[in-house]
Amino acid sequence: MTSWLGPAEWEAVLLSLKVAFWAVAGSLPLALLVAMALARRRFPGRQVLNGLVHLPLILPPVVTGYLLLLAFGRRGPVGGVLEQAFGIVVAFRWTGAALAAAVMAFPLMVRAIRLAVEAVDPRLEEAAATLGASPVRVFLTVTLPLILPGILAGAILAFAKAMGEFGATISFVSSIPGETQTLSLAVYALMQTPGGEAGALRLMAVSVVLAMGALLVSEWLARRARAGAGAGGGA
Amino acid sequence: MTLSVTLRHGFPGFALDVAFEAPAGVTALFGRSGAGKTTVVNAVAGLIRPARGRIVADGEVLVDTARGVFLPPHRRRVGYVFQDGRLFPHLTVRDNLLYGARFAGGGEAGLGHVVEMLGIGALLGRRPGALSGGEKSRVAIGRALLARPRLLLMDEPLAALDDARKAEILPYVERLAGETGLPILYVSHAVAEVARLAATVVVLAVGQVARAGPVAEVFGDPDTAPLLGLREAGAVVAARVVAHAEDGLTELAFAGGRLFVPRIAAAPGAAVRLRIQARDVVLALEAPRGISALNVFPATVTRLHAGEGPGMMVALKAGEAALLARVTRRSAEAMGLREGLRLYAVLKSIAPAPADVSAIE
Repeated sequence: MTSWLGPAEWEAVLLSLKVAFWAVAGSLPLALLVAMALARRRFPGRQVLNGLVHLPLILPPVVTGYLLLLAFGRRGPVGGVLEQAFGIVVAFRWTGAALAAAVMAFPLMVRAIRLAVEAVDPRLEEAAATLGASPVRVFLTVTLPLILPGILAGAILAFAKAMGEFGATISFVSSIPGETQTLSLAVYALMQTPGGEAGALRLMAVSVVLAMGALLVSEWLARRARAGAGAGGGA
Repeated sequence: MTLSVTLRHGFPGFALDVAFEAPAGVTALFGRSGAGKTTVVNAVAGLIRPARGRIVADGEVLVDTARGVFLPPHRRRVGYVFQDGRLFPHLTVRDNLLYGARFAGGGEAGLGHVVEMLGIGALLGRRPGALSGGEKSRVAIGRALLARPRLLLMDEPLAALDDARKAEILPYVERLAGETGLPILYVSHAVAEVARLAATVVVLAVGQVARAGPVAEVFGDPDTAPLLGLREAGAVVAARVVAHAEDGLTELAFAGGRLFVPRIAAAPGAAVRLRIQARDVVLALEAPRGISALNVFPATVTRLHAGEGPGMMVALKAGEAALLARVTRRSAEAMGLREGLRLYAVLKSIAPAPADVSAIE
């Protein structure tokens, strides 16, 4: 595969997978928390939180990326603290690319999980409580298993979004080969390079395969979820 | 073991203000829909927080708003069989049954007995979605039992079922009351069910306790009849099976004499409870002769209750048994019915349905 793809292209593919994986894995717990809060709780500022979560979906990606740069740059309010307190730098690093991808994919993940949470009948959770389950146990043994298909679907959607992220990534962490040049950025760079069309086409083929793969997996999960609900529904 | 409940809770357009004691055995919480029955059981289970009130089960205070006590539902050990079953769709029947047992620390110890009592052995590997309504009800009952509750709440567990399914479940609920010895608070708006199962009945009407007491006493009181629905009103009497006749009738002995009903399942000598609907009882001033009805008891009129309609509820004493008869006011006038009058109560043998006889007493 390396011979067919070329070391730089291969690097871009692996980097994209790494960035997308950490973008999803890192933001999943927070997405679950936010989705639960939005679906179940009534609190002051709920609409504000909802708006903030959805902002990356509506803002031009370049704006999101630039805002990230302002906040997480080495002299930014968050970036400065991160560097001084923990020695963590995200600007112009692959971690920054993961952060940008996570922010852009966050609304998709929250929406999918929130829909799943809203579909859970709270009366099942009441029943679990009367059977002696504490709130934490109720979540682990009833809520979580019931929303698992939604979580997986949200994660896959977010993964696909993270794989293809372009605008926020390029404005936040630029396009540094081997560090922040993900698949989409590499395709764009090759398109700008004379004689790069062949490499661009090869990378595009890779992204088609990855996208199809993600689609098939999510379809399969959805089918499984439906089958589970069909066998267990109507209780 | 007793349950003591005092509650005040306001809803938009509806206020609940009740106080009652439920002794051991089955206590029915009876009333029309909207009377507040489910609110009461939800407060006992801890699913709602009453504005004011005190609930004590078995000496332990579950709620005392005056002292700021509110035990969360999972610490109450109050089993709850919901009207809609509420089985966990992602778990098999077996895992549903054992769900509460895990938290009660009982493991699988009681599983075999409960499965056998409820007849659900063949269902253990299935998912709730593949069960019929009656099967779901039985699994829900088993699940609540295996959590080792000290008190069982049943909120119209049969309401969602058709008559055939009800007939399928009722014997299990009867066995439950007899075998487990658990105090059961049973919500129902069906007179027949209450007459069959309950030892004590608390009648709720628009958020208040209208009547409370032993079933025979409450159901035998003509003043209660309008609350139960006049067509459904009727006395509940304790009886014993004497013999099964060859022509398909069963002879019962009760405090008012002997009577024949269509064949019932209980063996001779068994104690049963019989509901005699007021509209099935005919009154006669003289011992009737040459009529088809097999059951004729001498009785004394103890009370008359005239409503607004054309009917009148007549309370009778036949021996020591209290009976109710519903006649027209026109007949009552023509016969000169008055308290203390001695007459005859007539009951067609065919009138009591199999569902009117239960094995609980």
